[in-house]
Amino acid sequence: MMGRAADGAIGRGQSLARTPRALLSLGVLAGLVLAAIGAPLLAPHDPFDPATLDLMNGFTAPMTHNPYTGDLFWLGADDQGRDVFSAILFGLRISLFVGMSAVALAAMLGVSLGLLAGYLGGWVDGLTMRAADVQLTFPAILVAMLIFGVAKGITPVAYRDEMAIWVLILAIGLSDWVPFARVVRGAAMVEASRDYVLAARLSGRSGPAIMLRHILPNVLSPVLVIATIGLAQAIVTEATLSFLGIGAPPTQPSLGTLIRTGQSYLFSGEWWILAFPAATLLALALAVNLLGDWLRDRLNPVLQ
Amino acid sequence: MSVGPVLSLRDVSVSVPGRGARGARALAVDRVSVDIAAGEVLGIVGESGAGKSLLASAVTGLLPPRAGLSGGEVWIAGARVDHLPEARLRRLRGRVVGTVFQDPLGALNPLMTIGAQLAETIAVHLPLSRSAARQRAAEALAEVGIPAPADRLGCYPHELSGGMRQRVGIALALCAAPALLIADEPTTALDVSVQAQILALLKRLCRDRGMAVMLITHDMGVIAETADRIAVLYAGRLVETGPVRDVLDTPCHPYTDGLVAAVPRIDGRPGRLAQIPGAMPPPGARPAGCAFHPRCALARDRCRKDPAPEVAAAGGRAACWFPCRSLPARTDP
Repeated sequence: MMGRAADGAIGRGQSLARTPRALLSLGVLAGLVLAAIGAPLLAPHDPFDPATLDLMNGFTAPMTHNPYTGDLFWLGADDQGRDVFSAILFGLRISLFVGMSAVALAAMLGVSLGLLAGYLGGWVDGLTMRAADVQLTFPAILVAMLIFGVAKGITPVAYRDEMAIWVLILAIGLSDWVPFARVVRGAAMVEASRDYVLAARLSGRSGPAIMLRHILPNVLSPVLVIATIGLAQAIVTEATLSFLGIGAPPTQPSLGTLIRTGQSYLFSGEWWILAFPAATLLALALAVNLLGDWLRDRLNPVLQ
Repeated sequence: MSVGPVLSLRDVSVSVPGRGARGARALAVDRVSVDIAAGEVLGIVGESGAGKSLLASAVTGLLPPRAGLSGGEVWIAGARVDHLPEARLRRLRGRVVGTVFQDPLGALNPLMTIGAQLAETIAVHLPLSRSAARQRAAEALAEVGIPAPADRLGCYPHELSGGMRQRVGIALALCAAPALLIADEPTTALDVSVQAQILALLKRLCRDRGMAVMLITHDMGVIAETADRIAVLYAGRLVETGPVRDVLDTPCHPYTDGLVAAVPRIDGRPGRLAQIPGAMPPPGARPAGCAFHPRCALARDRCRKDPAPEVAAAGGRAACWFPCRSLPARTDP
């Protein structure tokens, strides 16, 4: 009795409550997001204010009092005496912000192009999909590095650090639109051949109205899945770029920047500078991925 | 509004790509002329692939991407529409021509309430406020016989029964009060008792609104019950047309005769159902002469060489060299 599209949208698959893995992922993700949002309130130190840093606190181990200053750091302090816990909270903020904005940009671009390609067909379709094919032959990280490099080259030196975050979003967003465009194009082609779209055309509605009001809502559920999995990917891409030293600047460290700073001390015994940011990144990416998997299974009527 | 027919097709031909990459284009609809007057139901019958649906698409100007109108004229309400640009055509759609689909579930957007779909369609054609459009939507549902229409506006298509969905489909097609309604197999997806209700509804709307209805079907029962006139298509050509009673009682074209004879009768003796031997040739592979001759029991040399002429027959016209001859007695194979 239920329609096919309705099955996809309001599936009777396993609910969130009955899948502990998904529930746990959601819990971890919610915790991390809240920690990121509340960073200024939660963080015991301000990692961006050099005036509050005491170089004497450098390399303090976790949960021990510094022998000179007597300060205690839960997760230790880095080479500059910066509290690792506070740095992670603020780094999480930047990682999540860049990841979400980049996915939003990629989704907007990919969904619009996919919708146009799928509905209009013809040369629009050919041009968009060949562009997608060409872009796919380069690894996403390479495309992001290229865009990042070009954008950095044309930004005035004075604004570089300020603009770095936006450039990062642009670079990751532009490198990740292809999966959105491909999936939406396919789904739009299927929907466009359905009678309700013909009915809309026959009742005199214009192309843009049909695309936005009728086709778009019916192709959105796969977009949600790709966006979730894409979020994990974007966060990892951002961390990779920052790790390579071409992403978030040290004045606004993301998790990747923290990992880069930390990795120089890994073999000299100060493991906490690397381990805690890396564990946070792992937890974040894993939670988002597991949630994406659950969403995909849930929204796919075939797998139920 | 003119006094002439609401829809007038003059020698309309539709071409489709032939087989193979460079195949010549073939005519799937070949010089068909029919008229439909206001308040009249014209039933179009034929086998699958006879060109019924293409003919309907030619009227709305929404032919499939690779098919094209290759000749003839389409006149709706006294205006020629076949060469109008897309923007002008769009204004005609819905307002002048409404369409009812075969599968009512597929014809409704699964993610929109029926109230929203009706209101949207109304808003395309009439400058009404949101609440006025909703009011109109409820009236449209009431007119197609949906009880408690105001409560139904918030329903999604999957919450309705098949018959209800088709009623909503009809309401959607009628919201801008079109002069012509095209119903492409509107009852094929419904069960028999609901079929009768939907056909009665279409007929009532046709009479009450003085609307012209083009009813496409392959069900002779539906035609007999609903249509005023009938047009029989075979291999893209109009083989017989006339008042429904005359044509069904005394079919003049051997193909019509075969179709009528193939309908099982409730008072007939049980046994093998009558059938027309052979299959209809696809566009591009049609034989010379009369396209029906390979399957016709009356075929002579003349039928194999020359296209059949159109002759007056039983209140209408038939395209046959030997019209109104009774077929030789059928022998069961």
